[in-house]
Amino acid sequence: MQAVVQEIVGQMGNEKAPLLQVLLAVQDASPRNYVSEEAVRAIARSMRVSRCRVYSTASFYTEISLKPRGRHLIRICGNAPCENAGRAAIMDAIQKELGIKAGEITADGLISLEKVSCLGACYKSPAIKVDHQIYGNLTPEEAVAIIRSLREEFSNEHNGSPVGI
Amino acid sequence: MSTVEITINKKTVRVPENITIMAAAKLNGISLPSLCHHPDQKVKANCRVCAVEVEGSKNLVASCSTMVSEGMKITTNSPRVRETVRTIVELILADHPQECLTCIRSGECELRQLAFKLGMKEVQGVKTVKRLPLDLSTPSLVRDPNKCIKCGRCAEVCHHVQEVGILYSHNRGLDIGVTPEYGKELKDVACVLCGQCVLACPVGAIYEKDDTDKVWEALGNPDKHVVVQVAPSVRVSIAEEFDQPSGSIATSKLVSALRLLGFDRVFDTDFAADLTIMEEGHELLQRLQTGGVLPLITSCSPGWIKYIEHFYPELLPHVSSCKSPQQMFGAMAKSYYAQISGIDPKDIFVVSVMPCTAKKYEAARPEMKDSGYRDVDAVLTTRELGRMFKHEGIDFNSLEDGEFDSPLGISTGAAAIFGVTGGVMEAALRTVYEVVTGQTLEKLEFTGVRGMAGVKASSVNLGGTEVKVAVAHGLAHAKQIMEAIAAGEADYTFIEVMCCPGGCIGGGGQPYGTTNAVREKRIQGLYEVDQKAELRKSHENPAIQKLYEDYLQAPLSPVSHKLLHTTYTNRCQHELQ
Amino acid sequence: MSITDRQLVFNVEGREYVDLDLYRSRGGYEALEKVLAWDPRQAVHMLKEAGLKGRGGASFPTGLKIEMVRNNREKERYIIINADEGEPGTFKDRYIMTHLPFQLLEGVTIAAYLAGISQGILYVRHEYDEPRSVMRDSIAQAQAAGLLGDDILGSGFNLHIELFSGAGSYLCGEETALLSSIEGRKGRPQVKPPYPTQQGLWGKPTLINNVETLSNIPKIIEKGALWYRNLGTNDSPGTKLISLSGDIQFRGLVEVPFGTSFRDIVYKYGGGPKPGRKVKAVNIGGASGVLVPEEMLDVPLEYGACSRAGITIGSGAVFVLDDTRSILDNVSNRINFFLHESCGKCTPCREGLRQAQIIMEKLLEGRAVMKDVENLERYTRVMQNASFCGLGQAAGNSVISSLHYYDQEYRGQCVDGDCLYGEESA
Ligand SMILES: Cc1cc2nc3c(=O)[nH]c(=O)nc-3n(C[C@H](O)[C@H](O)[C@H](O)COP(=O)(O)O)c2cc1C
Ligand code: SF4
Ligand code: SF4
Ligand code: SF4
Ligand code: SF4
Ligand code: FES
Ligand code: FES
Repeated sequence: MQAVVQEIVGQMGNEKAPLLQVLLAVQDASPRNYVSEEAVRAIARSMRVSRCRVYSTASFYTEISLKPRGRHLIRICGNAPCENAGRAAIMDAIQKELGIKAGEITADGLISLEKVSCLGACYKSPAIKVDHQIYGNLTPEEAVAIIRSLREEFSNEHNGSPVGI
Repeated sequence: MSTVEITINKKTVRVPENITIMAAAKLNGISLPSLCHHPDQKVKANCRVCAVEVEGSKNLVASCSTMVSEGMKITTNSPRVRETVRTIVELILADHPQECLTCIRSGECELRQLAFKLGMKEVQGVKTVKRLPLDLSTPSLVRDPNKCIKCGRCAEVCHHVQEVGILYSHNRGLDIGVTPEYGKELKDVACVLCGQCVLACPVGAIYEKDDTDKVWEALGNPDKHVVVQVAPSVRVSIAEEFDQPSGSIATSKLVSALRLLGFDRVFDTDFAADLTIMEEGHELLQRLQTGGVLPLITSCSPGWIKYIEHFYPELLPHVSSCKSPQQMFGAMAKSYYAQISGIDPKDIFVVSVMPCTAKKYEAARPEMKDSGYRDVDAVLTTRELGRMFKHEGIDFNSLEDGEFDSPLGISTGAAAIFGVTGGVMEAALRTVYEVVTGQTLEKLEFTGVRGMAGVKASSVNLGGTEVKVAVAHGLAHAKQIMEAIAAGEADYTFIEVMCCPGGCIGGGGQPYGTTNAVREKRIQGLYEVDQKAELRKSHENPAIQKLYEDYLQAPLSPVSHKLLHTTYTNRCQHELQ
Repeated sequence: MSITDRQLVFNVEGREYVDLDLYRSRGGYEALEKVLAWDPRQAVHMLKEAGLKGRGGASFPTGLKIEMVRNNREKERYIIINADEGEPGTFKDRYIMTHLPFQLLEGVTIAAYLAGISQGILYVRHEYDEPRSVMRDSIAQAQAAGLLGDDILGSGFNLHIELFSGAGSYLCGEETALLSSIEGRKGRPQVKPPYPTQQGLWGKPTLINNVETLSNIPKIIEKGALWYRNLGTNDSPGTKLISLSGDIQFRGLVEVPFGTSFRDIVYKYGGGPKPGRKVKAVNIGGASGVLVPEEMLDVPLEYGACSRAGITIGSGAVFVLDDTRSILDNVSNRINFFLHESCGKCTPCREGLRQAQIIMEKLLEGRAVMKDVENLERYTRVMQNASFCGLGQAAGNSVISSLHYYDQEYRGQCVDGDCLYGEESA
């Protein structure tokens, strides 16, 4: 961990590295999409700041997770335009399909489901985002179809290999 | 000084420019409410209870963070201000346990006082207090997150004055908490237990672990011979608990009050401070003569010791092996004093009254039992002692004067100034100078090491050789010196470090309201004690001389080493490397 | 769906991606060339003449802001492009970054030149993957074409722009919180003054502008202040990008000259409500904006008129609720949003929203009493009056405006609803 972090911090300017960008990069390097406690310690050491400061910054931002997440992230927008356009039904359908609630991870560690703030895609509410891709104008059925096919794609990608930290 | 003309509640006044509305109001007889404001800290402006109206501004402004300007029209007493301030307090109270009757802070809680001042009758908001667990993990401090109002005052002290960086605000929105990372307990992080956060906190969300029950129990136990020692700085702060001006010297009343509590002997940590000077002074000479590790760094401040153990363990060889005066006292009480008084040391119960929360931790360190018994059995802070006096209805201010018992109550002025930053250095120099030169020191005051500057460097002529010394107080300043030593840039011979700003008079166990202004007053108090003392050099203390003759033989003797010296631990796994 | 034949600032109707070649073929970067040859003061004067105001919410005059940074004695200065667009219902900056990246970059470059800045940061919210990657490419292309980087267009002027990603915080759009975020801290706002123009990033003078604001600049320089003023009204020159969403026929981005009425925005640009439905309420300015009824739609989109009518234009989000919708659902959703995004630093916002959420829940479940509604109003008023930053100050706008226009919906949800509220409690 220290080595991975040191490399990221080194590329970004060592003690002058922008902490938030370091945290995002460290998270991106983690297959479980999170910043572990070990990583927090490593960042503190590499950047010579207190752990408390690193943790504090990491804990503030919703796009940074301090707990392991699934390899893939499904985010469902919960703001008014999407809510109006049927967010709840989409959420229900996806929860049912995945067998988890918002904030949880599927048993195979493949997918996390999160409720988030506006994705800036309200012209096609209800909108969801899967990893880097936004899907809009969804009906619950369409949402489920998308999730189903992506899930298949994801499992093939990881080919049954156990999901590590 | 330039001034500006402003209007406060329709009254036009001139006030200095570059002050806040809050300060301007104060100058004009109005104390505005405040919670997050602290005179020694930078503006946080997060509690918002100091809101006032300023003409031309759509919303109210925070008076603690808004500077006055020419022509400013301020209203502090409109219905709008009143509704706002009262509602904010109501909102705080809705999420606050409101256990004032059983809260350790009750008497001096800034929130309780504010609620009282505003005549809060009813809290209409829904009560949302969660029952989060208390942090009881250390011998020194208790954190009650339920009472925290998230003002950030503790975090500022911890990060900027001490630079230990333990308490900080995390998360956001309703989840915010001012805690160590991951909400860890203090025992699991590099907290040095200095208690500066306690002094900073406006409410009862961080406080000393109360040991008064332990002491009551010992006092009530007929089989125990209970002796008490009081630290130098307590004599210039305890009277504040009884509404006396800061820095009032209350030594004799303190002794009488302790007798009233029922202690069998009332002794003085100053005695042990003189002893410390003898040991530490000779350790310095020995290191100088034998080419030992220099600079030598003082070891009387347990918060400081814990700090260096966590953060600069590689520099531990610089630290004097002397125990602190508190522990030396305990070791002597259970060996020398037991012998001369013919009391079985197992029956002796040593209580110390300290300005410090870290002292509780120090007393509990496993190695502090070289006589075969715990050096110190219970540690009270100044605040706890104040509470015990109040509990017993002791009318402190009207007590007759009392005197410490012999021999462990005999001391010099050099010992008294242990309680201020630079004091240990000055006391040591008085002794070392005379030992080295064989001459009498004419001018006892080493003014170069006095005062509130964070790092004080000075040099002393010891019989022909210039010796460079440095003094630091507050860990942020200690850190500067440690960095210099680590970088090989510090050519000092002797360094005094005190964990708390101002030294022990500013310790985390001192009465609430310990601000820098109060610290200055207490410093004056202790210098006055020294000034007026008959004996002002540790090596002239007759009780110490007799102790060496009858028991310890000589400084750094094998007996001394066994009882009065200690070892340190690398605690670095907790911290940055 | 061309409402106007006039050439506007963004001309979003085609929804086309304008690459560097296309942009230049249409006169792109001529404004920069022009400005590089001018005395910067002349161009600043032109921006002031044009009356360009910030589109990020505070509508501060842009020319003046540039001048303030320019006149600062400190020479190390920064420009920060605020692309944190987090106001629910807003997607104009997303559009600019994905469709008109070079118009933005040209605007940034001109602003930086005028303010004497050579280092910039483009702060894009984390959720915006596509805009971020378009901007990353565009910056590289501009650099390769000598339009960014060292010695821009041979003028000796340098400007380096770095991309910075947000990490999920609406509040980081607030300028001082943005600075905290870039400096590696929690995205909490800081005490002003000092303002960023005085002491911004790393304590240095910093020009912070919204994406839309900066993207206006090339057109103003190209076509002149008068042209720009003629687009809008005397009070509010130019145009505004409006993000339309909700219960209307057309959802998406439109460019509207200032002075257009909200009625036209909803009915002409947005095509009005779905067939058979009526407009019940329009939420202007996103979550932090107000809710107004149909009758209010004749108010023109104009800073002065809106301010008099109690409307905040904010980010220019217009979200329509038709007659099937519950006002309280909307208010409650917005309170939850703010509670989720509040940094928790100051008491009125943190605790006020906590109580507001509890009361909204009671209302939705029909458990509330009129006293709750009174308290809700008081709490939100205090949030507005005394919160540390704009988030808390605006978080109650939905409550305050809906209590004004739709108090019957609150009353209807209270157990003791119909006898007390709004009448003498005899
Ligand atoms: C809670 C809050 C959120 C904000 N979010 C944004 C934002 O996402 N984008 C933006 O440009 N300005 C935002 N602002 C306004 C900025 O503080 C600032 O005024 C603006 O970026 C200045 O640019 P302008 O002068 O070009 O408008 C926000 C303000 C507040 C109080
Ligand atoms: S912290 Fe203050 S207000 Fe809270 S319970 Fe204690 S005394 Fe009362
Ligand atoms: S005791 Fe000192 S080090 Fe520990 S949290 Fe408090 S201020 Fe920080
Ligand atoms: S513990 Fe005390 S000082 Fe620290 S934030 Fe809470 S109330 Fe403030
Ligand atoms: S108003 Fe809200 S977001 Fe702004 S500082 Fe206060 S708590 Fe934070
Ligand atoms: S409200 Fe869902 S994307 Fe904007
Ligand atoms: S005292 Fe002014 S905001 Fe707290």
